[in-house]
This record gives sequence, C-alpha cells and structure tokens, in this order.
Amino acid sequence: MSSVAQKKGFGATLWDWLTTVDHKKIGILYFLGGGFFFVVGGIEAMLIRWQLHKPNNDFVSAGLFNDLITMHGTTMIFLAAMPILFGFMNAIVPLQIGARDVAFPFINSLGFWMFFFGGLFLNLSWFFQQVPDAGWTSYASLSIASEGHGVDFYAIGLQIAGGGTLMAGINFLVTIINMRAPGMTYMRMPLFTWTTFVASAMILFAFPPLTVGLFFLTFDRMFGGNFFDHTMGGNTIIWEHIFWIFGHPEVYILILPAFGIFSEIFSTFSRKRLFGYPSMVFATVLIGFLGFMVWAHHMFTVGLGPTANAIFAVATMAIAVPTGVKIFNWLLTMWGGSIRITTPMLYALGFIPSFVMGGVTGVMQGAAPLDYQLHDTYFIVAHFHYVIVGGVVLGILAATHYWWPKMFGTMLNEALGKVTFWFFFIGFHLTFLIQHWLGFWGMPRRVWTFMDGQGWNSANFISTIGAFLMAIGIIVLVYNVIVTSVKNVKVANDPWGDGRTLEWAIESPPIYYNFPATPLVRGLDTVWIEKMEGNETGLTPAEPIKDIHMPNGSIIPLLMSLGLFIAGFGAMYRTEESWGLPVLIFGLLWTFVAMAARSLQDDTGYYIKKDEILRDLKRKGGQK
Amino acid sequence: MADVQVYKRTPAEQQLAQRRSKKAMRDQVMMFSLMIFLTLISFSMVVAHEAGVAGFSKYLIIPMVMLFAAVQVGLQLYYFMHMSEKGHGIPQMFMYTGALLGFLIPLTFVTIVWW
Repeated sequence: MSSVAQKKGFGATLWDWLTTVDHKKIGILYFLGGGFFFVVGGIEAMLIRWQLHKPNNDFVSAGLFNDLITMHGTTMIFLAAMPILFGFMNAIVPLQIGARDVAFPFINSLGFWMFFFGGLFLNLSWFFQQVPDAGWTSYASLSIASEGHGVDFYAIGLQIAGGGTLMAGINFLVTIINMRAPGMTYMRMPLFTWTTFVASAMILFAFPPLTVGLFFLTFDRMFGGNFFDHTMGGNTIIWEHIFWIFGHPEVYILILPAFGIFSEIFSTFSRKRLFGYPSMVFATVLIGFLGFMVWAHHMFTVGLGPTANAIFAVATMAIAVPTGVKIFNWLLTMWGGSIRITTPMLYALGFIPSFVMGGVTGVMQGAAPLDYQLHDTYFIVAHFHYVIVGGVVLGILAATHYWWPKMFGTMLNEALGKVTFWFFFIGFHLTFLIQHWLGFWGMPRRVWTFMDGQGWNSANFISTIGAFLMAIGIIVLVYNVIVTSVKNVKVANDPWGDGRTLEWAIESPPIYYNFPATPLVRGLDTVWIEKMEGNETGLTPAEPIKDIHMPNGSIIPLLMSLGLFIAGFGAMYRTEESWGLPVLIFGLLWTFVAMAARSLQDDTGYYIKKDEILRDLKRKGGQK
Repeated sequence: MADVQVYKRTPAEQQLAQRRSKKAMRDQVMMFSLMIFLTLISFSMVVAHEAGVAGFSKYLIIPMVMLFAAVQVGLQLYYFMHMSEKGHGIPQMFMYTGALLGFLIPLTFVTIVWW
C-alpha cells in the first residue's frame, strides 16, 4: 500500500470509491449524494412554486402536487440536509479531534450506503408512477388510505435510510468520546465537534421511535396490521405522537451542526476566541435535551386538552432561552473582532437575522391559543422555511465555501460565492417573508391551487420570483464548483489564513492517514495557540512517528444495503405478485449472507510503515 | 508491527494492585450473596402468598418484588458491569437520559393518549 499518487484506471478509481472506509472519502460521498438529492428536492420546489404563481393554475394536477410537496419535504430533510451535514461531520470532525478515522470505519461506510439505497428506493417511486402523497409527516389515517404503493416507498425507503443515519450517529458518539487527541478535553473541543456530538446523541434517542413508527406503518399497509386503524382497536393519533417524538428532535439534529458551523466561522473570521465558549456548550446540550420535551406543540389542535397544551407550550418557549444565549454569544464574538467579510462570513452574517425571525415565529406558534389560528396556514410554511433554509441551508452553503479547500484541496471563487449568497439570500426572504402574511390572510398550506379574488395573487407571484432567485444562486454555485474544479489550483494547509482548529494544520486535502503523528492539544483553538507562540506548523506532536494501523476497504457495506433495497421491493409487491415473497426472502438472505461474510472474515487491517510516513514528510518539504 | 512496550510494575505497585483486586473480589462476593438473598426473599414471599399465609397479600408482594428487581438491576450494573469504577461517566449519562426519556414518553402517552 503506497501513498504515492498513481495513475489509476476508471474501474480502479470506481472500485476504490465503492469500497472506501476512509472518513474523508465517505464525507465526499455523503456530500455528493446529499447534493444530488438537494437538486432533486429543489426542482420539486420550483414546480410547486410555478404551480402557485397564479390563481387557478393547472400546470400540475392536484394528485401530482401532493406527490411534489411530499417528496420535496421528505427529500430535503432526510436525503439532502442530513446527508450533507453528515458529509461535513465525516470530513471534518475526525480532523478537528486529531483522529485518523472514525471509530468504526466499516459501519461508517455501511451508514452511507444505507442512506444511498434508501434514498434511491424512495425516489424510484417517480418511475413507478406511485409517489408518496400523504405529506412528509405521513399522518396515519391519510397514509393508510393512500392508494397505490406511494406510501410503501416512503415507509421502506425511510426505514433503510434511517438505519444508516442511526449507525452514523452512534459512530460519531463513539468517535468523539474515545478518539480525541491527547490533551483534548471535552471543554477544548471545537464547537462543530460539540454540536456533532449532541446531534449524534439526539439521533441515538430520536431515530428508534421513527423506526418503530415506520414499522407500524409498514405492517399496517403491507402485512395486515391494525396499529393505526381505530375500527380494529388501533389509534391513529399514536402515529402523530411517534412521528413528532422523532420529528422535533430531528429539526434540532439539523440545526445544531449548523450552529457549530457558524460558531467556527464567526470566531475564525473575527479572529477571536468564541465568546462564552462554556455557555455555548451548555446551551447546545440544553437545546438537545429540551428538544425531546416539546413534540406535542406540533399537535396543539389535535385536542390533547388545555393542560397538555399548556405544558408543551411552556417547554417550547423555554428553548428560546439557550438559543438566545447562542445568538448573543455570536454577536459578542464579532464585537471588537478584526472581521473579514469572506463568503462564509457573509452567510454567517445573513444567518443571524434570518434565523432569529424563524425563532420568533416559532415562539408565536408555541403559544397554543395563537397556534389554533396559525395551524395549517402558510404562516407555518414560512416559519419552518425560515429556520430550515435560514438556519440549516445557509449553514450548509457557508460550510461548503468554508471547508471546500479542506475537502477538495482548491478554493471556490470568492466573487462567485458572494454572487451566490446575494441571489440566495434575497431570493429566500422574497419567497418566504410574504408567506407569513399569506398565512394571516387565510391561505391554507398544501393546497394545489387557489381561486382568484382572495387577495393572494400578488403575494404568491412574489414568492415564486424569490424561489427562482434562489435557484439562480444555486446554479451560480454549481458553475463555481465546476470552474474551480477544472482550474484545480492547489492550496496550502490554511488557505483562509486564520484557521484555529486542527483541520487547518494539515494539508488540503489531508493525506489518507491525516496526522503523521497524533497532535498534542494545549487548549481551545489549539492551532491558533501554537501559531501565536511562533510554531509555524500549528502542531505539536504528542508521540514519535511510528507505524500506523489502518482499516482495509470493503465492498460488503454496499452489498448489505443492496440486499435491503431488494427486500424492500419484495415486501411491497408481496400480496399482488407471485415473485413478491421470494424476492423479500432473497433480499434479506442476501443481507444476512453479507453480514455473515463480514463476521467470519478475519480482517485486521494493515500497517503503514514508519519509513513510508517519513518519506511522505520529506516530500512535503521536511515538515517536522 | 507496532512498537510493543513492556512495562514492569514496582513491588509497591504490585502490592497496591493486589490489595485493590482483593477488595474488588470481596465486594463482588458480598453483592452476589446480597442478590441471592433478595431473590430468595422474593421467592419465599410468593410461596407464602400461594400457601395463604396471613399478611402476604398481592398488593404487598408485587411492589416489593418490583423494588427488589430494581435494586438488583442497579447492583448488576454498578458491581458486575463495573459502572461504579472510574471512566463510566459517559455511559451513565446516556443510560440515565435514555431511562428518563423511556419513562417520560410513556407517561405522556398514558396521560394524554390513552386517558
């Protein structure tokens, strides 16, 4: 095994990517997979907005509109936002804690392939002309009544993808607990690592309820179960509870890593230590915990009774406190800092007002009596797009520009990055700000068209214009990516010049074993500390250079996930096609055989020899 | 292969380690006998109830047995699975968080779904 870059054929390169267990490559795979689904979900959003740009439009049928809104929500949450964040976590967190890989590289790969095949399964519904149409929440009475296989695609596709997410979450927990470099105590971890840690803990507790709920739904629809059928003694409200016990933590699982990304960006480009670091950590943990205590605020109008509504309303508003702590800490990080307005910093600056607006409307809906007025109107649509686009998507775009050099070794064009920002930012506010008023004016969400003369025409038209501005922003970003990839101007370790955390002390992209010697961490922002003390490399090694143990790549994760993908089709067609049951059994057997192959195989990895590491160091110009 | 390091204990360290492992062994045996004792009480209470001994009603025995069971789970975790030793803070935090959620969510269901 040599680290010298050799020219490889297409087949060998492809095989390398399919079998990789390297966290940096899996990060890129997550990023590309999530990016693909982000474009798919974005196209769906464009079609939705085009349908609504004028009254009585018949651009799409009512049924297709239901398909579009369901798939837009499901794709964006499960297949775009989460995987892209996982991409950054994979690519960056092991570097930030000074580790050579995640704790379970094989499971990391398995998590990615399960996400990929789950997403593929869900989106193949378009080719079968039977698309999920019960909304991304898929409330039980509606999803049980939905004809065709649409909701089956939803239940099985998310089950497979959700399994992958759970594995990824557990993997990050173990990695962050066990694999921090010497000296990196919990209170010296960069904020992105902290938010990844808390988000992973939330995944650990939030995804099992989703798994249970999806199994109930699968059994009700495909195997004659009656969990949600009240005529058979079931309870349809149970789905709503189970879904939101998962679903509310899920939105914090999305936003916390974005908070981490912005924390890194604010302190890097203000050239200051993050203000109130301990309170930031505390607020992150508190948000993570409170996130589990508020799910019923999605269900105020179900009729839980005033006591339950009051308890959940108070719990909901309590979350505004730690979130406020974070906002003030970011503002005070910039206070007195030597600020550089780079593209990531521009996103961070845009994020604060946008996210605060989404947070304030969230507290408005947290007030149960007002929620009776706002429920199921465009106000809700405006609110959650303000927190998810204004928070998570701005975070993802910021991180794309910020960590692009670390992931791909070349800088995105700053001028084009700023063009992307302004198109996206203005488009975003144009699309969603007006929707608050549409909600007040009584426009219900999830309607496929509306009548003329209700005063909604111009507002909807403005909203559609905004959506297209966002699309232009993303197209500029894609152009930027293509141009910079073709030019491929290599950058040094710390292209921003102000890097504070460990990832900026190693080359871009890092060599496959990351650190020739595990670094010694002497405080928060360890690279900054080293640089301030005159250590140009930014690193102090904690050990002499010695042989490094590395895991071997494996095709088995892909095969395991493929088995589940095949079994999914069998489960779906079991009752109507004779091949259904055999395919279901075949798929599951395939997975079990792959698992057995992994268990019986004695793969202990390999060692990179000390000589080879020394040779690499010499070639890089004698970094000691 | 990786560099293998051999470390030799000093006599004082050896003694300390021996003392510690003796104490650990004593604790283990004590807890084991306590658990057997608790199990014995549980069984005899049920036998007494079956035999119709006065005072051993169902409403006394069920909570008692549950209580003993909870104690045994605790002993199991802290002594036999070594949670009382150092370096188990994170697993403890996760277990208690899980237990809290596992308690609160069914409590909510009992009070507002199946009221």
